[in-house]
Amino acid sequence: MSLFLIAALPFLGAVFPALLIRAGRNASASAAGLTTLLAFVGLMLHAPAVLRGETIQARFDWLPGLGLNANFFLDGLGFLFATLILGIGLLIILYARFYLSRQDPMGQFYTYLLLFQGAMVGIVTSDNILLLLIFWELTSLSSFLLIGYWKHLPAGRQGARMALTVTGSGGLAMIGGMLILGNIAGSYDLTVILQNKELIQASPLYLPALILILLGCFTKSAQFPFHFWLPHAMAAPTPVSAYLHSATMVKAGIFLMARMWPALAGTPEWFYIVTTAGLITMVLGAVIALFKDDLKALLAFSTVSHLGLITMLLGFGTKAAAVAAVFHIINHATFKAALFMSAGIVDHEAHTRDIKRLGGLRHLMPVTFTIAMVASLSMAGIPPLNGFLSKEMMLEEASHTYWLDNPYIIPALATFAALFSAAYSFRFIAHVFFGPKRDDYPAQPHDPGFGMWAAPALLVVLVVLIGLFSGTLVGPVVQAAADAVTGSHPKVYLKLWHGVNPALIMSGIAVVGGILLLSLHRHVEALWNALPRPEAKAIFDKYIGALTLLADRVTAGVHNGAITRYGLIMVLFTTGISYLAFKTGTLPDATRAVQSVGALPVLGWIALVVATGFILLHHRNRLLALVLIGVVGLVVSLGFNYLSAPDLALTQISVEVVTIILMLLALNFLPKETPVESPVGTRLRDGAIAVAAGLGAGGLIYALMTRDFAADTISGFHLANSYKGGGGTNVVNVILVDFRGFDTFGEIIVLGIAAMVIYALTEAVLGSKVRAYLLNRTPDLPQAGDAHPLMMVVATRVMMPVALMVAAYIFFRGHNLPGGGFIAGLIAAIAIIMQYMASGFGWAADRQRFQYHAIIGSGVLIAAATGMGAWFNDMPFLTSAFGYITWAPLEKFEWATAALFDLGVFLAVVGAVLLTLESLSRFAWQPGITSEHAMDINPARDDDASKTEEGA
Amino acid sequence: MELLVASAVGILTAAGIYLILRLRTFPVILGLSLLTYAVNVFLFATGRLAVGAPPVLNKYQEVAYADPLPQALVLTAIVISFGMTAVVVMIALGAYLSSKTDKINMTDDHTAGDDA
Repeated sequence: MSLFLIAALPFLGAVFPALLIRAGRNASASAAGLTTLLAFVGLMLHAPAVLRGETIQARFDWLPGLGLNANFFLDGLGFLFATLILGIGLLIILYARFYLSRQDPMGQFYTYLLLFQGAMVGIVTSDNILLLLIFWELTSLSSFLLIGYWKHLPAGRQGARMALTVTGSGGLAMIGGMLILGNIAGSYDLTVILQNKELIQASPLYLPALILILLGCFTKSAQFPFHFWLPHAMAAPTPVSAYLHSATMVKAGIFLMARMWPALAGTPEWFYIVTTAGLITMVLGAVIALFKDDLKALLAFSTVSHLGLITMLLGFGTKAAAVAAVFHIINHATFKAALFMSAGIVDHEAHTRDIKRLGGLRHLMPVTFTIAMVASLSMAGIPPLNGFLSKEMMLEEASHTYWLDNPYIIPALATFAALFSAAYSFRFIAHVFFGPKRDDYPAQPHDPGFGMWAAPALLVVLVVLIGLFSGTLVGPVVQAAADAVTGSHPKVYLKLWHGVNPALIMSGIAVVGGILLLSLHRHVEALWNALPRPEAKAIFDKYIGALTLLADRVTAGVHNGAITRYGLIMVLFTTGISYLAFKTGTLPDATRAVQSVGALPVLGWIALVVATGFILLHHRNRLLALVLIGVVGLVVSLGFNYLSAPDLALTQISVEVVTIILMLLALNFLPKETPVESPVGTRLRDGAIAVAAGLGAGGLIYALMTRDFAADTISGFHLANSYKGGGGTNVVNVILVDFRGFDTFGEIIVLGIAAMVIYALTEAVLGSKVRAYLLNRTPDLPQAGDAHPLMMVVATRVMMPVALMVAAYIFFRGHNLPGGGFIAGLIAAIAIIMQYMASGFGWAADRQRFQYHAIIGSGVLIAAATGMGAWFNDMPFLTSAFGYITWAPLEKFEWATAALFDLGVFLAVVGAVLLTLESLSRFAWQPGITSEHAMDINPARDDDASKTEEGA
Repeated sequence: MELLVASAVGILTAAGIYLILRLRTFPVILGLSLLTYAVNVFLFATGRLAVGAPPVLNKYQEVAYADPLPQALVLTAIVISFGMTAVVVMIALGAYLSSKTDKINMTDDHTAGDDA
């Protein structure tokens, strides 16, 4: 099975549990299980090749320009991890089916789980560090969903947030580190990076890259001082904890350290950072775990401790230590998953996981007891279980590792941690299952059904088998993974009895000491509780609280609700930038002669200046100002026309019409007057700002217009190719529908979105209390006696076909003469708006055949389909074609696909304009204002007269 | 001619900004409209001015053409600015109807009306 498919399967399968939950919980769980099983089988098909030492590859150039390729590879290390992820994933799916209660949304659970699983498989099979980063962030996000799965629990939400904050910020650091690494190696492909050890370690950027990458690994794998999130993530349902903290999430950091080992390890920096962090974590986790009364918290800190152990082994930088690390990864995953599931069973059956309230369960839950005992003993490092083997290897490596030339520190601390590890493992057995039977359990404990204990039981069988037959059972996998980690072929030698050596003596001290420590547990615990110790969560909360406060302050300072302040910031910034550009640039001399002026432009200019002046003088009278704005718009359109831009003139004048109607509709509900409120000083200040801005804008464009282009423009290309390439002589239209068709495509989408926003806002406003206000509102201005005067009704009806004909004409001539989809769309929209105005909203709405949403949508779709049509000719999106067709009895005529695209533009514009104005009109709709007979021009009826009498 | 266009841009900009600084929704909308005219003319004028030379190809003889590129850009800008104006108008209307004030700064005491 292709690696692409193996990595994609969990993502593809993630849809099904959520959908199939309607068919029942079993269907949902089976869908998740089958998906995982399929991926697992696919992975196993590669097993023989990987164990032979081959590397499976699947490559696909995704964004080669960025060095981001979807390259996957599977070597021994990736295979080991993928096996753990998918194999334990299967068991977790089985376990969760019986663990989750009826109230829990199971479909969601499995969907999250599969997403997470896919992200993990992606991490361990990526051959491109950028791709790996994507999957890395995906694990942070999907684990957030999983940890916070019980949304009703505050602890769950806080734990999820903390995990996301810590692992997410570590992920950010790692992005930086990975980019530096890729830069040093000259490639983002892992296979290349791993072969460039000398180059990378000689680089001056090696240390920053190392620290940043390790930050990512340490946060993910809960290494000191980032260990605190892991225990808080225990608020998740137990299947999540068992999955995330045995085989997957926290192992991702370990995986990455192992993956990068050939390139990064072996330097003193690596040794001291990684080993020290691992050592501290191992000791700290083990000590704290002993004093936790919550079963899951105990296991959580034990996980922290074991992760520290593996980190420390990787930090040693020797091949034998790497072998031990790989082996312990397998062993820890098996016994820890089993232990978490047992803890979950105890919690599920006894309704508590507080050790102080448990005890004496061995007769009540014999099956669970057996499972938990074997797994715990393995964790304690008791022969012949698998935990013993890897712990021996660890102690052996520790016994001859020097820390700052001191031969005792590491062995002593490793033994110390092993001692505590043995003690808390024994405590898990002794204080939960041994001791007298109690009669105050919150619920009567008993063994669960087979479905629930099957998964941990299988794992425990593995624990025993791996312990007894390590060489034959996991030897090849460990060998293949160790080969991949070290990039060479270290000797893997797994067996139970190595003879009496320092490791065995240290192990013996640890076990005996552990038993002694547990027997003194009560006294030691009292001592521990008396000691002051920092509470990581409190520190974290304080730190986050300070950050939030800072963010609040900054936001409140900048974003204080006064638009003037935003405006000020923006203006100051742009002015600053512009000033900088002006100072650093050069201003050439004016080279273009100023053109002479005829009388007409001067008249237009005077009209514009006078109208603008009157707007300023009378802006408090809003209706008058609106009318004058129309005058300005008219002059601007005429100006466009005079200055050789007929398309612009047509567009401007039709947009002018709809804009004025729009503002009139709004003004109907707004105050008609602006009160005098700003003092003279303020007005003078505003006037000064305005004049400065006006002088700036005017001066800039004057300077621009009197100089030639600094460089050749691309307009010449458009003029030369408009007819040859685009098949049209109206260059502006050809630019719109052909050369820059993609821009236009975006424009009509934006326009459609704007109309939808307006529609949605209307729905929201009309859905609120405002509706009642509008319905009871009495107009503040005298209303027209006849809302729908006969003359206007008749005139608009007669004009409708004419106007539509004009729109069609403008549309069809657009490619060669001024016109086109935009203008035609506006004209058609105006034609329809006239009906709304003359005959009333109700009348027009009754006769509306197509929803405006659908018109916008079909416009965008037609434009998109036209663009995609080019693909069938092996051309890029939106390449247009044109040719000549002869249809008898018509003359030969030209037809371009651009016209079809323009049709899409036309429809989108019509739909957007009408949806906008229709939405606004709905504010005015009141019961009773629609005339029953608005367009029924029947002289026999006299209800108009009766209405006037009522009004009078 | 250039002076006329440049002064028109300047006047429209100044008037637009003055109206926007009135800090009430309707003058702001009017001011934005004036500013839109100014910006559109500004962009159009970056192609330099030409009289009687529309960029419609003449098949029969070689003639000068106005710069078509700014025209195409401004054409879409006009349509998009309609969309923008419409959204702003809608927001202004919704805000006024909900809060019964048409001031645009929310720093005053009556930040939210009783109907909000």
